[in-house]
Amino acid sequence: MTQDLDSRAVAFFVRRHRLRPVELVPWVLAVGAFFVFPDYLALGAQVLATILFGLSVDLVLGYAGIVTLGHAAFFGMGAYTAGYLAAHGMGAPVLGLIAAMAMAALVGCLSGLVILRAQGLSILMLTLVVCVMLQEAANKLTSITGGADGLQGMEVSPVLGLFHFDLYGKTAYCYALVVLFFGWAVARTLVHSPFGRSLTGIRENVARMHAIGTPVFFRLVTIYTISAAMAGAAGALIAETTQLVALNALSIDLSGLILVMVIFGGVGRLYGAFVGVPLYMIAQDRFSEIDPTYWYFWIGLLLVLVVMFARGGILGLCAALIRRFEQRRRR
Amino acid sequence: MDTAFSAAISIAFHGTAFAMVLYLVSVGLSVTMGLMGFVNLAHGVFAVAGGYFMTTLMMQGGVSFYAAVPLAMIAVAALAVPLERFLYRPLYGADELDQVLMTMGLVFMSVAIGKYFWGPTAEPFYPPAALSGQFDFGTRSFPAYRSFLIGAGAVLVTLLWLGLERTRFGAQIRAAVDNRRMAQSVGINTSGLFMLAFALGSALAALGGALGAEILAIDPGYALEHLVYFLIVVAVGGLGTIRGPFVAAMLLGISDTAFKYLLPEFGAFFIYALTMAVLLWKPRGLFGHA
Repeated sequence: MTQDLDSRAVAFFVRRHRLRPVELVPWVLAVGAFFVFPDYLALGAQVLATILFGLSVDLVLGYAGIVTLGHAAFFGMGAYTAGYLAAHGMGAPVLGLIAAMAMAALVGCLSGLVILRAQGLSILMLTLVVCVMLQEAANKLTSITGGADGLQGMEVSPVLGLFHFDLYGKTAYCYALVVLFFGWAVARTLVHSPFGRSLTGIRENVARMHAIGTPVFFRLVTIYTISAAMAGAAGALIAETTQLVALNALSIDLSGLILVMVIFGGVGRLYGAFVGVPLYMIAQDRFSEIDPTYWYFWIGLLLVLVVMFARGGILGLCAALIRRFEQRRRR
Repeated sequence: MDTAFSAAISIAFHGTAFAMVLYLVSVGLSVTMGLMGFVNLAHGVFAVAGGYFMTTLMMQGGVSFYAAVPLAMIAVAALAVPLERFLYRPLYGADELDQVLMTMGLVFMSVAIGKYFWGPTAEPFYPPAALSGQFDFGTRSFPAYRSFLIGAGAVLVTLLWLGLERTRFGAQIRAAVDNRRMAQSVGINTSGLFMLAFALGSALAALGGALGAEILAIDPGYALEHLVYFLIVVAVGGLGTIRGPFVAAMLLGISDTAFKYLLPEFGAFFIYALTMAVLLWKPRGLFGHA
């Protein structure tokens, strides 16, 4: 009996990190959408970039358990870096992307070294303060950022010198999809690695992780930096595909909204952003044509309902349904 | 020399008036967060609701300013009680993230509700005739309404302090902040206490929002725009005290006014840097409980 249990546990651990077929669904859908909705590719590119942003939030929030209200700091940092380079004659998108990731990672690492020592409410406050501080800096450094008018005069050159950004967003969509795929591969590898498992351990029980000798602070700073780089890449993608960077890229509104999108999908599951972000953004695109005033009301209401009744988000609900179905079948 | 002096006076005056508004709005937040350990981002909603009720009563109901303010406070307290009972209470002791999200949902809803009923622009606010114009204090004169704001703030600070230090209710709150389980076991009805403290804190926020309508304009985005300042007051001051937020509000109000007056090119940057420094030095705030 115990042997059976042991071998089942072993089998579970061996199987856990293998790629399941269902994990390919988002990619099939994303490629399919390219052919089915050729008129919506510009929106699609933004959705893909925002998914990457959501994925970066899921890494720190869902896996490491850091409640952050300031992740737009890194997104905006990336967006402004890519935008600044493009406005100063260095419009190669991949170069901008790499520079954006580097800058965002730098800010993430430095701020992480400072704020991740705190706990609870003060960590929340500190993430918030870092974000508003950067926004205020961007607002005042008008010579670099354009201030409240936004960054002017971005000229983005073709991707790798080959693919021009077109009016329909075909190039933007493919470019964003490739970058998102890389981001997903990195994130998936990370969370299934021993490093990723230790993050989950820190989320669940910090004291115990300290006791078994995990360098908790170092691990947190590492994931915070990686996540910041990923958020920076998302910011760069949006900046390059829309050729526009404004102050709201650094706002706490955005920090809150991305949190909301990931929560709707389901946090700590790696795919929460893949579900929550498209649903949110497509719904917003549809509804704001009808009436943008009410949009915030319904989002707020939905958020309250999700917290009260469906804490796992959409993916959490699906998992609960599948579990119930399987139990019934076993009976 | 004289210009520097009058600039300093002016900064101190306007900074203090701003600080009073910040304090009134935030003190309830500090007490309720200290009592329940609840991360409440939606406290500004009560302030803006107070402001909206007051201006509507004054503009459409023809109610005088002196009657509209207490009526707005009562209305907001009445609104706060069911919210506490049905939305906040289920989340006491829950995950911080859940509390953040639920209250953020309330903030989003308030933005839409404000826009729907009162339109996207700021509500006009006209102080009563007795409080408009300038007050003459012998050598120099000050805007009357802001002088009133400082005076009213000072009276309320004293009342709150006396209430918390000298009354039975205040003693119960202090006991529950220090050790909730112990307070419960000596027979204090903590859930009743929470509800009362929450209603009172919301009424104070409504008062701050209403009186401060001249400084922090009442518009739909209020609860979101000023969230950072309210949270700074609470986090820097320390949770569960009424002295901490006062010191923090004074610091924030005066330094914010000073920086905006003397170094406008830096905006609020220094304020945020200062907040960060304080939070790193004392993670529980200046007067927080260890």
